Amino acid sequence: MTAITDSMPDRTERRFDFSWSDAGPFLALAALLVVGFLINPDFLSATNLSNVVTRSAFVAIIAVGATFVISSGGLDLSVGSMVAFITGMTIMFMNMMAPRLGLGAIPAGIAIALACGLLCGLANGLIVTVGKIEPFIATLGTMGIFRALITYLTDGGTIPIDRSLRDAYRPVYFGTVAGIPIPILISALVAAAGAFILYKTKYGRHCAAVGANEDVARYSGISVIRTRTIAYVIQGACVAVAAICYVPRLGAATPTTGLLWELQVITAVVIGGTALRGGKGRVWGTIAGAVILELIANLMVLSDFVSEYLVAAVQGVIIIIAMLVQRLSK
Amino acid sequence: MLSRRLVAAAVAGLLVTTAGHALAADKKVVAVSIPAADHGWTAGVVYHAQAAAKELNAAFPDVEVIVKTSPSAAAQVSALEDLSAGRNLDALVILPYSSEELTTPVKTVKDSGTFVTVVDRGLNDPTIQDLYVAGDNIAVGKTTAKFLVDKLGGKGNLVVLRGIPTVIDDERIKGFEDGIKDSELKILDIQYANWNSDDAFKLMQDYLAKYPQIDAVWANDDDMLLGVLEAVKQSGRTDIKYALGGNGMKDVVKKVIDGDPMTPIETPYPPSMIKTAMYMTVANLIGQAPVRGAVKLDAPLITQANAQEYYFPESPF
Repeated sequence: MTAITDSMPDRTERRFDFSWSDAGPFLALAALLVVGFLINPDFLSATNLSNVVTRSAFVAIIAVGATFVISSGGLDLSVGSMVAFITGMTIMFMNMMAPRLGLGAIPAGIAIALACGLLCGLANGLIVTVGKIEPFIATLGTMGIFRALITYLTDGGTIPIDRSLRDAYRPVYFGTVAGIPIPILISALVAAAGAFILYKTKYGRHCAAVGANEDVARYSGISVIRTRTIAYVIQGACVAVAAICYVPRLGAATPTTGLLWELQVITAVVIGGTALRGGKGRVWGTIAGAVILELIANLMVLSDFVSEYLVAAVQGVIIIIAMLVQRLSK
Repeated sequence: MLSRRLVAAAVAGLLVTTAGHALAADKKVVAVSIPAADHGWTAGVVYHAQAAAKELNAAFPDVEVIVKTSPSAAAQVSALEDLSAGRNLDALVILPYSSEELTTPVKTVKDSGTFVTVVDRGLNDPTIQDLYVAGDNIAVGKTTAKFLVDKLGGKGNLVVLRGIPTVIDDERIKGFEDGIKDSELKILDIQYANWNSDDAFKLMQDYLAKYPQIDAVWANDDDMLLGVLEAVKQSGRTDIKYALGGNGMKDVVKKVIDGDPMTPIETPYPPSMIKTAMYMTVANLIGQAPVRGAVKLDAPLITQANAQEYYFPESPF
């Protein structure tokens, strides 16, 4: 009897703990919205929110891929440079094909972007798994390579998209379906697909197992090399999708495209509740993390409290507080 | 045996008779050391330096211009050592990566008797340079400000996008603030957007959400202006009369040429200043034209009337 009463509260507490830490990023998001509204009511205007969520789409889409890489115990620093490289390749290909294919150059370019992304991801994956090089160093290397390639392709300047394609392609970033901006729909689709793969498939469970304990995973018959390589390929595909949404926004690739995005992506993933050391992935949390990052930046501009010189410091403090809140709520 | 002696005698004779000419035919070497193209403006510098080298080498057979780009300050120091190790440099034209790190290495080159031309960023010790060529960042801000004061009738709401905390950025902002000081133009907001189109796009969206009435936008660099224009276009707002940049990017100069109503003017901080420096240096070497001193290029208003002079369709910038 006593044994039962003792264990009962224990169990409920554990269940509550679990849901609290999982809900952490969403609570932080809600808190941020309330604070934002108190500071400036314009913050919650439909236009502002739709702007902010739309532009968080790039980081969100890439971060879904990063959730796979990180939960399987890897890391990818090359995503920012990769998005620039793929953007450059896509625009060059579209411009080349425009005279021959007309508007058909756009789907052709999208196909090229996906192919590039898969190949770049595969390269990263193979260097890490087959080459047995630390993910940090391997992707630091490819980060430099992709950045140099885009600088080379652009001669240090810009590659603008052909004028004849510009207007036709523009809606992919600026258009809406049923009032919802297309990039938001695309990132929701990517996240839903990511959540399905990570939570509902055998591969998803392998991913977490490899990230939690490589040796145990290997002894249970999981191919560590295959699992991690596929995670990098998924990352590459996500970067390609982000690049496809990115091209129509400014219609150009430059050597500064996607600069430091890798850090935003990793921050979004970690704010979302994925463990940086691997073993646990939270796809929807990642999306919340990406939106939180963009909201903080937006709030800095909409509020008049912070001197322009201190914006980055305040952003840093908010991120650390968000992480502490999550830690304490465990 | 005989033939060899004959050849030797002939060569000796030739040497004696042509000694004077041989010295003159000895090419004067001008080394140009610049940062590698890592963004629009430096890409423009590389383009114009290479164009000037080609023109000068063709125009003056006695001059050999060598252009060397370096991706970092450390690499530029190494490049200086390599350039001056192999041969005696008659002149060095340098756009230093950073003032601190390059001062001593450039002084070493100078001490071996080389004519030194410094471009854009000054060295810590100005006595090293024989010639200094730079643009006027204060004027970039001021010229733009004067235009807005004039066109808006001295009254209106402005938002400003600045770049990265550096002297260049501070000077442009200072020039702009000085320019509007005596008017009723009001800067509603000013924030950093890192000289990056994407950051500028986001910041402009935020400005538009925050302020219901904006008369004009100034981005202190053209890369940012491109982001600003997209955000304004997306918002469909009609209160914004002017969106102006600065630097002389070809896409923006093209807008001026085409008579764009929102961006009718431009202020240059031209990467082609490297060309000015190279031509002046060669003028000194070959034509003995006196060029020692400091040249500050003005930032005149580029309008539809004179825009063609600043338009380089082939340049990456």
